[in-house]
Amino acid sequence: MMVEECFPATRLKKDMALLPRRIDKLMMIAVLVVALALPPFLGDYWLKGVMIPMLILSISALGLNIVTGFAGLISLGQGAFMAVGAFTGVIAYGRYGIPIPLTLLIAGAMAAAVGAVVGAPSLRIKGLYLLVATLAAQFIILWVIQRVPWIGAGSMVTINTPPVFIAGLHIDEALEQYYFALCVAALLTVFALNLTRSRVGRAWMAIREQDVAASVMGVSMLRYKLMAFMISAFYGGIAGAMVVFAWVGAASVQEYDLDLSIQLLGMIIIGGLGSVLGSYLGAIFVALFPIAISIAMHNIYAISGGDIVSAATLANAEHLLFGALIVFFLIVEPLGLSHLWHRFSGSVEAKLSRFPTTNQTPTRRRPM
Amino acid sequence: MKKKLFTRNALGALAVGLVAAGSSLVATLSPTWAGESEIFHPMMVTRTGPFASAASGVSSGQQDYFALVNMNGGIDGTKIRWEECDFGYKTPRALECYERYRGDWKIVYPNSTPAIFALAERLNTDEVLGINIAGGRSESSDGETFPFLSPVMLNFWSQAASTIRYIAELEGGEANLAGKKIAFIHIDNAYGRQPFPIFDALAEMYGFEWKSWPLGWPALEQSAAWVEIARRYHADWAIQWNYGQSCNVPMTEMKKVGFPLEKFIGTLWCGSEEDILPAGDLAKGYISANYHGVGKEFPVIQEIIEQVYGAEKGNIEEDRVGTVAYNRGVLTGIIIVEAFRNAIEEYGLPLDGRKVRDGFRMIKLDDARLAELGATGLLPPLAFSPTYHGGIDPQLFQQWDGEKWETISDWIPPYEDVVKSQIEKASAEYRAQTQQQ
Repeated sequence: MMVEECFPATRLKKDMALLPRRIDKLMMIAVLVVALALPPFLGDYWLKGVMIPMLILSISALGLNIVTGFAGLISLGQGAFMAVGAFTGVIAYGRYGIPIPLTLLIAGAMAAAVGAVVGAPSLRIKGLYLLVATLAAQFIILWVIQRVPWIGAGSMVTINTPPVFIAGLHIDEALEQYYFALCVAALLTVFALNLTRSRVGRAWMAIREQDVAASVMGVSMLRYKLMAFMISAFYGGIAGAMVVFAWVGAASVQEYDLDLSIQLLGMIIIGGLGSVLGSYLGAIFVALFPIAISIAMHNIYAISGGDIVSAATLANAEHLLFGALIVFFLIVEPLGLSHLWHRFSGSVEAKLSRFPTTNQTPTRRRPM
Repeated sequence: MKKKLFTRNALGALAVGLVAAGSSLVATLSPTWAGESEIFHPMMVTRTGPFASAASGVSSGQQDYFALVNMNGGIDGTKIRWEECDFGYKTPRALECYERYRGDWKIVYPNSTPAIFALAERLNTDEVLGINIAGGRSESSDGETFPFLSPVMLNFWSQAASTIRYIAELEGGEANLAGKKIAFIHIDNAYGRQPFPIFDALAEMYGFEWKSWPLGWPALEQSAAWVEIARRYHADWAIQWNYGQSCNVPMTEMKKVGFPLEKFIGTLWCGSEEDILPAGDLAKGYISANYHGVGKEFPVIQEIIEQVYGAEKGNIEEDRVGTVAYNRGVLTGIIIVEAFRNAIEEYGLPLDGRKVRDGFRMIKLDDARLAELGATGLLPPLAFSPTYHGGIDPQLFQQWDGEKWETISDWIPPYEDVVKSQIEKASAEYRAQTQQQ
């Protein structure tokens, strides 16, 4: 009742909308139109080489952003959760013939169960100590996958998947794989947007800002911290299964090593901690820029005819340039690329609106 | 006000960057024109990252051989034009490289076992042969189950079996293996555990005992393992299956615990100069396996030095010519060119993945052909077929004299039956996995 008095229903409804600002809605529609309409005109290279991996990494980064960005619990185990999902997926579908949609849920659920165990130390430790605990999980999970004979990963720790059918449709063309990945990503994004503006999301943010204070206010640490880890792992698990079904075609333990976990953490830091949009921007940045630089370098080499610089020098230049770009963007916008968007769109929104609203971008302290 | 300006600049920079990146992507996507009398051959290479030091030699060795072939009129007049895609030993980038040149691939050699595993499905769909010499999927020796994969030479199981046969030879015959203890110290991953089934089978046949000492990557700390091997297990022999930097750690540890270096044998992946140099004098006398001859004394390498480096067209620093990694590149180049040659003779130009795969299956490198190519002793005689994609081959053993490798053995064959039955078993497992439910 109190709430009703302070905030008229309309205003509350507006604030609780999935995307509160008009410009965000416009952008979302634009992105959806492009994501749906453009791919048929892109070649297989764009789809299989860039877009599909980008979407899958975005799903995983989104999950990591939930635990690290929203709940402030740093995790270096996301790569391993993807591995859990990948192997669960390939076993559920390949060995037991469970339909793909259900397989994805099982893969996510299995990863979430593992995530609950890995997240348990977060009830007692945080910050760098938690980082080390999740790092240990990263190694233990991969070790278990290699060692448990039932998983059947064999001496090469790789399981191939049979042809992928969803409701009788054979998913083997790049375009089909892309729409499959897009569909999963869209569903999970809506779910994440909903979660983060709900009671759960607010509880996470309270934990991130000051967990003792949150606990005093009645936010259950056990419940919300574990939930953050589980949901994060759930996303990772689904992303891992998508690697198998929509991208690589096999679950291979070498792909989910520590490098991947670090890369995912890098994505959400560059993209913006505690931002759904940031997870995507970060994944795009990390997936697209090295390739763009590499191709640009290759063209320079082709034009120069190899006389001025060697191929090896140019290959190394890619890493230098990419590193420089990361530093540049973090100096320009320490809160990540998503904040850049918020600042830009905030000014546009103010111009569009006859009644200038206050900047609705929440000012965030960086967790940790 | 100032802050706002900064934002606008940053956004401007971002936009310019994206446009530039996008346009360069588009520029590359225009199809590459391959002339009538030319084979366009994209290559996956590792020139950056931790594995670049050896891997770059393998890529450049191939390119130098292609250059030599081109200088001598090409393959019956057809020249090879290659282009590099650096993936830095990272699997996702290998997939991206593959897509970048999709449709142009003739034969794919990433020189990375994880990458070949990830590529396998695409190679099968696109009908392009993926090779990974002395690595990759061991059971891809079975050309029927894996029509577009090949280990070419010495799959991991042959490596393990041949190493045991060499130990048996040094002991004076298999009969003397009975009761011997062999310590196996290895990286604890898929690669390091490949020899397990072979050791198990041979231990049962010949009555020796073996035990595994797994090491976590990067395996630079091995002292506890070596104390156990030398003082508790009292091993008669030790075999290492390390990789990269971890290859030279045992030399120091063995010195400390007093394990004799002459009772220690390294895998062929611990058999290049880069693996051994950091151990300095301690490595003098170290024996490792290899799948090819070492040094510059092969006619084909002499020709490369004279013609390619003579014309300053070399693809790497000249002092790396003749190193282990480089020779691996040259022999890979020979195999690829033979596959091209057979494909042209059979089908004519232009080539595609399937034609080159068929050309690969027709390769017969007997002693006469090897002599013609100037590669006698560089690689053993090889012959492939539609059912057999190579992999059951002998190893050479080599000793480090403090400065360079000396070959000290003949070609030591693996125990063929043991390797074959393992290939059959693993192929059957693969067929079961990929079968439609």
